[in-house]
Amino acid sequence: MSQPLRSWGRYPNLPQTGHTAHWRSELSAQVDAVFKAHGSTLPFGNGRSYGDSCLALSDHVVETRALDRFISADWEKGVLRAEAGVTLAEILRVSIPRGWFLSVTPGTQFATLGGAIANDVHGKNHHSRGTFGNHLRCFSLMRHGEGALTCSPGENNALFAATIGGLGLTGVIDWAEIQLMPIRSSRIDSIVTRFADLDEFFALSRELDHHHEYAVAWIDCLAKGTYAGRGVYIVGDHASDGGLNVDDRAKLDVPFTPRLSLINKASSRAFNEFYWRLQPATPTPRQVGYEPFFYPLDRILNWNRIYGRAGFQQYQCVIPDIAAEAAMRELLSVTAGAKSGSFLAVLKRCGAIASPGLLSFPLAGTSLALDFPQTAHLEHELFPRLDAIVRAAGGRLYPAKDAHMTGADFRNAYPAWEKVEALRDPALNSRFWKRVTG
Amino acid sequence: MKRILIIGANSAIATACARQWTAQGASFFLVARNAEKLAQTAADLTARGAKAVDVLAMDATDFTAHAAMLASCVRVLSQIDVALIAHGTLPDQKSCEQSAAPAVEAFAVNATSTVALLTLLANQFERQGAGTLAVISSVAGDRGRPSNYVYGAAKAAVSTFCEGLRARLFKAGVHVMTIKPGFVDTPMTKGLKLPAALVATPEQIARRIVAGVERKTANLYTPAFWAPIMLIIRNIPGPLFKRLNL
Repeated sequence: MSQPLRSWGRYPNLPQTGHTAHWRSELSAQVDAVFKAHGSTLPFGNGRSYGDSCLALSDHVVETRALDRFISADWEKGVLRAEAGVTLAEILRVSIPRGWFLSVTPGTQFATLGGAIANDVHGKNHHSRGTFGNHLRCFSLMRHGEGALTCSPGENNALFAATIGGLGLTGVIDWAEIQLMPIRSSRIDSIVTRFADLDEFFALSRELDHHHEYAVAWIDCLAKGTYAGRGVYIVGDHASDGGLNVDDRAKLDVPFTPRLSLINKASSRAFNEFYWRLQPATPTPRQVGYEPFFYPLDRILNWNRIYGRAGFQQYQCVIPDIAAEAAMRELLSVTAGAKSGSFLAVLKRCGAIASPGLLSFPLAGTSLALDFPQTAHLEHELFPRLDAIVRAAGGRLYPAKDAHMTGADFRNAYPAWEKVEALRDPALNSRFWKRVTG
Repeated sequence: MKRILIIGANSAIATACARQWTAQGASFFLVARNAEKLAQTAADLTARGAKAVDVLAMDATDFTAHAAMLASCVRVLSQIDVALIAHGTLPDQKSCEQSAAPAVEAFAVNATSTVALLTLLANQFERQGAGTLAVISSVAGDRGRPSNYVYGAAKAAVSTFCEGLRARLFKAGVHVMTIKPGFVDTPMTKGLKLPAALVATPEQIARRIVAGVERKTANLYTPAFWAPIMLIIRNIPGPLFKRLNL
């Protein structure tokens, strides 16, 4: 009965048929049934992966969104166990009034708990807390022919490591237990300042990141000449007072998908100019709610539709510290000269905390994320040039966002892929995995 | 602080309602057929902050168990502020046409058990002189359609029973709300081909039910757009209606 499911970027355009499991006791039979009927399947949460990593090779996925029950909560210690289909928003709604926040949150609260593990997501506090997997106590993994296995650093630890960032391939997570972070207020004390170029960004980041829980930058990658590399640097910390309130701002919606993208170079340039002018020229403190700080785009439901029916691709790479400054300069110069402009460009310095996951994306260095409306130009001209820069700098791309990287680039950047392949559940396979390892 | 009895507590709509009442600090007495799932539902509400959650596994068609169930509920909650009747199944219309057994079974689950439960509950609520009986019927009960008339007839029985009960209990200060959902994305409708634009989530349905209990709505169509649709459908003349394939 469910409508065709798509990845967040709506590219590649391979609509998935969803098969829902409503109870944990039905999960194993559901996976077996889809596997038998279609040859392979893949768990599908809330469809927030951008490329083809959430698309089953058979185009028949097992939907976990109805597995949205909490199992137990210890509000003294901030330990929560819940089913894999619970979204991060649902967790925050319950945990914030009790003084707990997610230890690590990505840029959307609409990802599921299972998805956050499968992509080992990170956020604005990567430099201080690492990835989602660093705060994962244990989970239960349903494997074809093996039933449910509890995995933790001390039990089934090979599967624990392979599943964190394992792109849903090692089994279906039916529940997970996470450590939350204590907060005294749901509000964020932030400091915002413009920077004129990349040198200034790196200087600000080196000086200020380690004083703050959260740090991120937005960069105007359409600006050329003297404005090249300009952007806005944002840090934040949980406020020490101000109430523990769930933000419940009215959400806007993009109710349908226009035929063509509303994002183009002209509209992006106008937006970037306007946004940059709006920001303070000197460091300015502001207190904001957690929703506008962490999840500005969640304000607009289905914002991915503004890219039209062709969809969009996000290009997210991370470059090791030693090569980061030079590579970022090259990446931005290629992007600024390209035909299609990116309207959202996010720059973030990642820290050195190692994730327990084998295929975790972040590494000590600088991460850059760019969104582009889908055109053939991306894969034929722009992305090969960007890939060459990333390759030469020893960086890597983020599978959760990817719809284009070559198999060779993936296998070089993630040498542990063979361990994950060896532990892959025989019932599960994705379009992404087939593309980069097949 | 509300004290709430839910029959059919494992249903998706009931769970969604219970989560919203949990946010208001409610205590629950949950009744459902499957004990394992009931324990999971109870754990979910407890972790989300429900004040207290007690459970009892019972098949609603086991009429002899009803009185003991209500006695335990009253022992635990002492007074029931809201009773939500949410259990039900969707019979296969085609097999109901071929033999009487599935049709009779569908009536037992969707109509007779509800009548039996409401009869007991009505007397309890009458003694209390307060509270709301919220009963999930269906838009399907408004008209007998060839595609679904066994389920529809059972729900029509529930709707009519509730209408009479509402008038009776009104004098005692007790409210009866008839809830008429349209298509909802739940395990009950799994596998059906339904028009996507008309399908609601259990959360949408639950928001209307929780608000309807506060407002003491008599007949709650949910989502709201079903009220005008059903107004039209109820008024299609019989000679035309029998020619439509609804």
